[in-house]
Amino acid sequence: MEERWSTEHVLSLAPDAPSCKAAGKLSSPAPWSGTGTDGAALWGECKGSGSTPYRTVVELTTPAYRCSCPSRKFPCKHALGLLLLWSGSPEAVPAGAEPADWAADWLKERQERTEQAAERRTAKAEAAAADPAAARRRAEKRSARVAAGAQELRLRLADRIRHGLADTGGTRSDWEEVAARMVDAQAPGLATKVRELDHTAQGDLLEEYAMLHLLATAYGRVDDLPEALGATVRARVGFTSETAELLAGPTVRDRWQVLGVRDTPDERLTTRRLWLRGAKTGRPALLLAFGRPGQAPDLALPTGQELEAELAFHPGARPLRAVLGTRYGAPQSPGDAVPAGISPAEALAGYGAAVAEDPWTESWPTVLTGVIPVHDIDGWHLTDGRHSLRLHRAGLPEPALWQLAAVSGGRPVTLFGECGHRGFTPVTVWDEHGRPSGLTQ
Amino acid sequence: MTATRTEPAAPADAWEELRTTALLGTDRRPLPAPAGSPALVAAATAVDRTDPATALLELAALTAVRRRAGARPATVPSAGGAAPADPRPELPVAAARRLTVLLDGRAGGAGGTLANLTELLPQWLATARARGFRPPAALLPALLDGARGRSELRGDVVALAGPLGRWLAERNPDWRFVLRTATDAPGPAGPAASEPPGDADGTGSTSTSGDTGAPGDEHRIWHEGLFAERVTHLTRLRRTDPAAGLDLLRGTWPTERAEDRLLFLDALQDGLSPSDEPFLEAALGDRSKNVRATAAELLSTLPGSALATRMAERARAAVRLAGTGHALLVTPPAECDAAMQRDGVAPKSPTGRGERAWWFGEIVAATPLSTWTDDTGLTPARLLGLPVGDAGPDGKGADRADGTWTDDLREGWARAAVRQHDADWARALLGPAPRPGRDGRTTRTAGAPAKLLAVLPASERAAWTAAFIQAHGLGEAFQLLGACATPWTPPLSTAVVAALERAARSGTYPWSHSGVLGMTERALAPEAAPAVEALASDAAPDTAWAETFARLAGTLRFRAAMLAELDV
Repeated sequence: MEERWSTEHVLSLAPDAPSCKAAGKLSSPAPWSGTGTDGAALWGECKGSGSTPYRTVVELTTPAYRCSCPSRKFPCKHALGLLLLWSGSPEAVPAGAEPADWAADWLKERQERTEQAAERRTAKAEAAAADPAAARRRAEKRSARVAAGAQELRLRLADRIRHGLADTGGTRSDWEEVAARMVDAQAPGLATKVRELDHTAQGDLLEEYAMLHLLATAYGRVDDLPEALGATVRARVGFTSETAELLAGPTVRDRWQVLGVRDTPDERLTTRRLWLRGAKTGRPALLLAFGRPGQAPDLALPTGQELEAELAFHPGARPLRAVLGTRYGAPQSPGDAVPAGISPAEALAGYGAAVAEDPWTESWPTVLTGVIPVHDIDGWHLTDGRHSLRLHRAGLPEPALWQLAAVSGGRPVTLFGECGHRGFTPVTVWDEHGRPSGLTQ
Repeated sequence: MTATRTEPAAPADAWEELRTTALLGTDRRPLPAPAGSPALVAAATAVDRTDPATALLELAALTAVRRRAGARPATVPSAGGAAPADPRPELPVAAARRLTVLLDGRAGGAGGTLANLTELLPQWLATARARGFRPPAALLPALLDGARGRSELRGDVVALAGPLGRWLAERNPDWRFVLRTATDAPGPAGPAASEPPGDADGTGSTSTSGDTGAPGDEHRIWHEGLFAERVTHLTRLRRTDPAAGLDLLRGTWPTERAEDRLLFLDALQDGLSPSDEPFLEAALGDRSKNVRATAAELLSTLPGSALATRMAERARAAVRLAGTGHALLVTPPAECDAAMQRDGVAPKSPTGRGERAWWFGEIVAATPLSTWTDDTGLTPARLLGLPVGDAGPDGKGADRADGTWTDDLREGWARAAVRQHDADWARALLGPAPRPGRDGRTTRTAGAPAKLLAVLPASERAAWTAAFIQAHGLGEAFQLLGACATPWTPPLSTAVVAALERAARSGTYPWSHSGVLGMTERALAPEAAPAVEALASDAAPDTAWAETFARLAGTLRFRAAMLAELDV
């Protein structure tokens, strides 16, 4: 029988705060009937305002949800409420039952759909492979356009340096137009970086110009670079890799502990970052998932737990980003709840090593051990009593930092986050009982 | 940012050189010469300098990558102390989750299927505190933020948050209120849950700025605090050491503003004793009329005070037992003289009633109730049963008491009973609880029954209110219910549910009972939940009452679950 999910994890599946709240109200046994679980799925009927109850099924592995309610939220409050009920009061969701007919039907249908989708993907990959000449022509055409874009960017950057960064010619610098040119040149990675220049403080501008110049220059001779570094440059400029293609290549099977999760919403898309670390290989990995407004990103894994699975890494000099392949069972609690970590000095050295391989690395996922968060007049620091790292907010709200302070209470804690040249951005803190808290509030 | 890069001076200078050149532009300033470590110089020398702008970007890239890869940790900031250990057991997991939901509820109750959760939060907090639990540390910021905006939660939140809450408050100015909030009743966990008077428990020795318990600090809050904090402080002090409270107030009294004086005076109600009398007597000469009136009211509740004695004299002059002993005869005061005015009687009637009736009422209300029973040897009930009449111009009175002053006298007695917290009189004035099937109004209740009820013990209050509701329904029960202790007793709860059922059958609208319904959600005994469930399922579907009962049932379930989670 698998581990039940923590409340925090269930709530992390919610598309928005009102859903969390609504689900909390449905987390008591009262409105539910006919609930059950067979370890792979939960089901139950929830009494709503209408005469017929809503039928809710959650498939736990993916996870996937189905509910007969008309809500456009996904997962809906009934699915979340059922998960909370299961997580909080296991006796209310009897285990080892056979799914109700309606639940079984949906689960079967879903399995068939998943298999069909896999077939379609294979078929598509085969079709692409069927005409390698055409595919190569398309790729060459794109490479040429990106190269032209990168060259144009180099000229623009050099122009600005020639006239001086202090000289904005009477108007404020407008990188937006250059960014649009980069989009036209099919280099979205460059476009994003260029757009950020408009919001960079003057003191940091030269550093950002220089790194962008380095990237554009590197793309100009990408074919001469070592293969791995070339892949890094391509990825940073904006070439993407197909998930299916990656999964067709080599994969790494391990027990991956989930070290942290962070959602970054903007108006069109919520980006979820999930950081993992292999128990056997010690390799860090970063998974990305996306969700439209009102929908939770399509991948959710409970922080602190371990998932046995195959990961395929995006190629690069310092592979980090990965895609999730075959899973073997559901997430489980690891033997050692608190991950092993390193000191602040080692963390900075580790980041330095990452920069040495991929100079554009902004930060590197790191577990710090035995650090105390300290708040003083210049802001927040993390110290182990010998050295300290500046805490880099990176959009973390004030309450999250105080949550960190509260969990620590002035005592050393284990902390996962991103260690970079601007400082350390915390993501997860483990309390004295070895329970993780995500710092996102 | 520079703090993380404590490097030898030369490379930092090299970076500054590059930055200055970039700011001014390579058209205006030549490229700096390579500098720094031999490896960096070698790499910099290899850069193609044909185009100075491109060369500058390449030099900057070299230096930037070197700086990033070679970043060094900073020195250690002073960490301060750790929070004292909290020996209380942590909240059960389900209760901690419930707290998260309740705290999120502050956004407002738009759901509609449940009561506004913010109304259930105080009950949750009080219960969790009484059970002696400690919330998970990660929830403290949300908890403290919640109490920041709702001062009525502060006592319980601060007690629950315990030593970690204080430790956080010493570091975050937003939570300063924690250091100022009195948590008068210590929780079952003892010192950890209460305001530590010092760091006597030994665990607090690591606290760096825990000076709030020092004796001098009391004076600081009194002298520098905000008005509300000062009132809290005074009230708290009066509960533990009334004389010290009075001394504190006396020390600053002449410089306080009139409206502040009024509320500080009110705070003296706690621990009021004859030793406060000289101060209050002096306050009868205060510049502010309201301060004078409040001082008079306080003095009138002090049996044996000079003011009470003066009032009793006036009362005796105004009311006497007729020679037959079967009636009370009233001679209202003819004027409001200076002495009466000094004792808090306003010369002008604010109610528009006759001035003599007004003065009379004021005198009765300020007279110790024992005056009447002692003088006549009659019980309150007997006195209330006597007919009342005007003594007439000759002071002898008509044979037949005409009832002229009945209401004024009862009203005065009722006010006195409330002021003097006299349960015997309150009971007599309220009369026996009304019985169903009979017109309960035959014994008219003087004054505000809710205020009289508040004087009685909790069980008596509930029983009286239950009987009242059985006889009269919910229409006038709102204030009475508000005077009852929560959760309501099972009989009272049953009476309320039955009255709701009758209201639903009689065709009134639920919203005409919205006040009572809101209170019911918070206060109904858990034992009454099945009855509400039954009402919800029996109500005609898709009616307002069906929805109301369903909502009430849902809220009761929520409340029961919430309390059960704390009952471990």
